[in-house]
Amino acid sequence: MFGIQGRVVAAITLRATIGRKRAVLFALAPLVLILVTVALKLSHPERASWPVDILGLFGLTVVLPLTALIIGTSVLGAEIDDGSIVHLLATPVSRGVVIGAKYTVACVLTMVFAAVPILVAGLIATGGATKLALGVFAGALAGSVMYNAIFVMISVLTTRAIAWGLLYALIWEGVLGNLVAGARLLSVGQYSLGIANSIAHDPSLNAALSLSTAVVAGLLVTAVALVIAVRRLASFSLKGEPA
Amino acid sequence: MSTIELSHVSRWYGNVVAINDVTMTIGPGVTGLLGPNGAGKSTLLHLIAGFLAPSRGELTVAGTASWHNPGIYRTVGLVPERDSVYAFLTGEAFVRTTAQLHKLPDPEAAAQRAIGIVEMADAQDRRISTYSKGMRQRIKVAAALVHDPPILLLDEPFNGMDPRQRLHMMDLLHRLGEQGRTILFSSHILEEVERLSGTIQVIVAGRLAASGDFRAIRRLMTSRPHVFMVRTSDDRRLGASLIGRPAVTGVELTGRGLQVRASDYGAFTRELAVLARDEEIRLRELLPADESLESVFTYLVET
Repeated sequence: MFGIQGRVVAAITLRATIGRKRAVLFALAPLVLILVTVALKLSHPERASWPVDILGLFGLTVVLPLTALIIGTSVLGAEIDDGSIVHLLATPVSRGVVIGAKYTVACVLTMVFAAVPILVAGLIATGGATKLALGVFAGALAGSVMYNAIFVMISVLTTRAIAWGLLYALIWEGVLGNLVAGARLLSVGQYSLGIANSIAHDPSLNAALSLSTAVVAGLLVTAVALVIAVRRLASFSLKGEPA
Repeated sequence: MSTIELSHVSRWYGNVVAINDVTMTIGPGVTGLLGPNGAGKSTLLHLIAGFLAPSRGELTVAGTASWHNPGIYRTVGLVPERDSVYAFLTGEAFVRTTAQLHKLPDPEAAAQRAIGIVEMADAQDRRISTYSKGMRQRIKVAAALVHDPPILLLDEPFNGMDPRQRLHMMDLLHRLGEQGRTILFSSHILEEVERLSGTIQVIVAGRLAASGDFRAIRRLMTSRPHVFMVRTSDDRRLGASLIGRPAVTGVELTGRGLQVRASDYGAFTRELAVLARDEEIRLRELLPADESLESVFTYLVET
């Protein structure tokens, strides 16, 4: 897709990301999701809407952003932290290709480690390929694409990417998104819910945005975040020795 | 097409000036960028390598600006100071991968050629994580050379190397320089760069302090006055004898012992022992007082 350079960058990124200890972290959350779903399924809760709670509240708003955060900030951020990015940047590869390849790897990994487990949980919880199961899967796929653009951007902007990413996911989306209506318009979690709800049509998902708003705003946020990431990477500077 | 030119280049961080109005031209051959830690060598190298924007001045590498210009890496190879490489790759895979990033027509052949130059063929199939410090430096040089660049920049390539590895790296840089490449490396260990027969640029406190033939500057350094602290069983009597020696230019009694200034390092250290024996004075301690790099470089700036 990006030619030989993009494929080489993607291959190294994939190997480095899977090989780090953090990989255990992003394999853990989906495992918990599926285990909790199985446990709930076996215990037959009284609340009829429990599949929506576990898929929407836990899957889409906790497992998905958390997995995307760990993956999105490490595909590029880890190399910036340890300095090995210099080897990559000291070649004539365009910075757009670097971001593109790393972002693609982050999206695919997030889909494998968050969206697919959410689908599996949905199939278990609702007992088959229901609208809810497919809806949250679609929301999770879209969320993977949007969250990673933001988290890759954050990892180029700051060396404390995990902290800033958590701040965004918890404070902005978690607290402000629930209290302030305006914040929902700038919340990837809400875009994912809006897309999920367009298939699921389930009021207990609490989707605040329509499909078209979610898609347009989501595309815009993704594009802007990636452009900022490329521009910042093009201005990547090495710190000199302490004066 | 392989020269590096700086014209009145400055770089500051807020109020701190890291590089102050440096003008220099670096052509083919080996050039050492020397200076004490914190003098701005790395900053200068990062500016040249396109990893830092100059605050003021003009900087061109092979005729084009290096900042915001990934295209220069077709003519420039960079060996960064930090040891972090993709340690999970084998040496061969690392160099071949770099060749692919350069879109070379035959990455395998290019990798073999570069690995041959640094003499790492025997270890090329081992993972980089198993390499010694010297081997990591060499494989980084191979990666930087894989596209056969006319300009090679190395940031502190001798750091952490043992003397044998350092000699090997020096010889390698010389061979590359003799091929007509422009080789620029930084180092804060002036005394250890003894095999260098090229030119050096000395950076002190962000300024270009000295520039020229290495051997001439080295002669200046060895003939500078040396200061020693000596503690003996009888400082006063030894001091009186020392002041009569031609190699000694000054003696001072201090609370911590005898401070001796010598104009000739070798003659003084030879004569001191003989003198102490003849006078039956016991030598307790002999310390060079000004051997810190800062004093060496400061001396260069003052002359």
